[in-house]
Amino acid sequence: MSTARKVAVLKGGGSLERTVSLRSGARVQQALSRLGHEVIAIDPGQELVAQLHEAKPDAAFLALHGGDGEDGTVQGLLELIGVPYTGSGPAACMRCTDKALAKYLMREAGIPTPDFTAIRESAIRQLGVSAALGDIERLLGFPLVVKPASQGSALGVKFARSSDELPGAIVGALSYDRKAVIERYVKGRDLAVSVLDPATELNLASGPPLALPVVEAIPREEEFYNYESRYEIGMTTFVCPAELPEETTARAQQLALETYKLLGCHGVARVDLMLDDAGTLSVLETNVGPGLTETSLLPLAADAAGIGFEELVGRILASAFTR
Amino acid sequence: MDDRRRTRPQAHELARYEALFAARTRSMKSSAMREMMALTERPDVISLAGGLPDTSTFAPELYAQLMAQVASSSTAKALQYGPTEGMAATVGCIVDVMAAEGTQVDPSEVIVTTGGQQVIDLVCKALIDPGDVIIAEAPTYPGAVPTFGAYQAQVVQIEIDEDGMPIDELEATLDRLQREGRRPKFIYTIPNFQNPGGVTMSLARRRRLVEVARERELLVLEDNPYGLLRYEGEPLPTLYSLDAKNGSQPSGGSDLVVYLGTFSKIISPGLRLGWSVAPRPVLEKLNLGKQGSDLCSSPVTQMFVAAYFAEMGRESDPSQPEWVEYVERLRLLYRRRRDVMLEALEEHFGGRASWTRPQGGLFIWATLDGNVDTTDLLARSEGVAFVPGRAAYIDGQRGSSSMRLNFAGVPDDDIREGIRRIGKIMGGDTGLLGSLMGTRSTQSTETQPPTTATPAPPPDESTPLADVLELPRREGSNPAHKARRQRDR
Repeated sequence: MSTARKVAVLKGGGSLERTVSLRSGARVQQALSRLGHEVIAIDPGQELVAQLHEAKPDAAFLALHGGDGEDGTVQGLLELIGVPYTGSGPAACMRCTDKALAKYLMREAGIPTPDFTAIRESAIRQLGVSAALGDIERLLGFPLVVKPASQGSALGVKFARSSDELPGAIVGALSYDRKAVIERYVKGRDLAVSVLDPATELNLASGPPLALPVVEAIPREEEFYNYESRYEIGMTTFVCPAELPEETTARAQQLALETYKLLGCHGVARVDLMLDDAGTLSVLETNVGPGLTETSLLPLAADAAGIGFEELVGRILASAFTR
Repeated sequence: MDDRRRTRPQAHELARYEALFAARTRSMKSSAMREMMALTERPDVISLAGGLPDTSTFAPELYAQLMAQVASSSTAKALQYGPTEGMAATVGCIVDVMAAEGTQVDPSEVIVTTGGQQVIDLVCKALIDPGDVIIAEAPTYPGAVPTFGAYQAQVVQIEIDEDGMPIDELEATLDRLQREGRRPKFIYTIPNFQNPGGVTMSLARRRRLVEVARERELLVLEDNPYGLLRYEGEPLPTLYSLDAKNGSQPSGGSDLVVYLGTFSKIISPGLRLGWSVAPRPVLEKLNLGKQGSDLCSSPVTQMFVAAYFAEMGRESDPSQPEWVEYVERLRLLYRRRRDVMLEALEEHFGGRASWTRPQGGLFIWATLDGNVDTTDLLARSEGVAFVPGRAAYIDGQRGSSSMRLNFAGVPDDDIREGIRRIGKIMGGDTGLLGSLMGTRSTQSTETQPPTTATPAPPPDESTPLADVLELPRREGSNPAHKARRQRDR
């Protein structure tokens, strides 16, 4: 049996994914308690540092999604005050959370990702970006997906089917972040591969990370995978393992592992991919704070790999001690 | 480790629950917007989002006194179950409130409910089979949207104008539905100071609506929470009273109008007390439905209401009892706040938006020029909250450039500051869009007229006011079920 530890579960926070985070956190707390740990819950706010100073936990379990819980801010703070924490470090968080940066890095490394460009709000105001809209159309074609560069959920994701819709989509996406990614829309199947480090609570040995079985998300009757369906039971059907040709599964897992390494992730991450109608895979984004709710993809994939929720939580906790 | 887990993996929690959930849960949606609204529930945020009256106007001493009175005179009764249809004393108060609105009702046709919201639920429960049609206004009360969804209704929304629901449009829609072999079960309308539109249905349209309902034998659900909160203009008769005049009910009540009322806006929403007045056969179904839902509404708050009306001169001076004076105070307060908001809108939204000028109620509906999505605006907004227009449309898509603003629940200064803050972010958005579109129009001359300095309206907003949209019922259809079957194998 592993040593009982005092674990601070960080959940909630001030991001748009607060509610989901609270749900993830509540489940994590239960699992940690069942694993024999002493659990304290912290909803990061003004008092975060003071609370951590006072509680002096052995580790912080980050059940935060989006915002400063996922972009490296909280991670940097935890390093500052010397609390080991689960998941990726600040640099990897920044690389993954900034979709534009992640995509530029993937492009450089030869990992397939849909064609894209990124626009900053300041560039529209100061650098005359409007004159480049024609270039965007020419380079990427329609339909286009416009995403806030740093949002973890589908909130703020806009679709532009024609040049009329593009400016509004850009401005809309920029409501959620100062930077937007404009990406060629890939029609196809929505896949996710979660990657887990091999360390467990009992054995903190390092080794190559493990790609879990592929999950396919099949939306019900929605043209696009929308925010609601992502988090509501019954709105989306998840199939795991996804019914794919063996080589496609292997390729998806390989791409996920390559991306995980490229971006420098630690502990756990979820890599989202698209399989287009021609059978080509591309990587959309990497999530360093994957959801842990009843409807989340990571627990589903872990379960399909024979890793129950408690074991999954135990493994993620181990990542705090293997950095 | 538990070995069974290894040999026979349990169904994942998600799949386990999904298999158990009713089909109707698929049309019960939580929304990203709610997520965002949750973030705005901080003390530093000025919320123009709620449907709140200002409960701080209710005297704490009076509240304490009435509660003490209920306790000392009838603790046992207050703590006991009550009749499903409500306590006689409370029904008496309801009859008085309705009389104050010029509507005579028979106490035996009243049912006390847990908030007005329960009336919507019970009417759906009594009338709606999956796939049945409800006609509603567009925009409509955001709180009715999930209820309609939960009963798997097909909702056909009719776009309102400044006189409420255009009845010719209603008739055209009813004709079309008839041709398609679909029969709506009821028409849902908020005739006074509509939520969220702020408009009031004209007398001519009220008369015609009742006639149409009569001709086609349709029920009308008249949702009237704010009727007494009129700040200007002459009160208009309720649909219930208009229909009752021609009615065949022995009670003298309406044949076709189910009336929804509430104490929420004239006393307090915390009481959770509303009511319905309905034709007897409908009333019986509402009663049966309520038995299944909650047996009865809280006797504690019902007795509080009875004590309130007794104290506030129900008996003593029927011409101007004190509770009417309290409503009058609310009216003065809210009217001033409405005017403050209208003024602030003029100052901060002027030239960039249009808005309704409600004669009463709690809400103003503002629609921004151009292609600005108010859901995005809310994401950008710091320190102010409102309800994005999409919440008032069943498809969650239309109404994207509108917002609902509550002027009743916050003090004058907060109204001014809140509107100023929204105006500021709006300016940022429009400026950004302008920078993106202005240059562009000079470049692609073949498709754009040279005057596109202002953004073009989105395609679905350029249609006239009287527009009908219809949303299909969500069904647990093909790909999803197929996928689940596959997985089960």
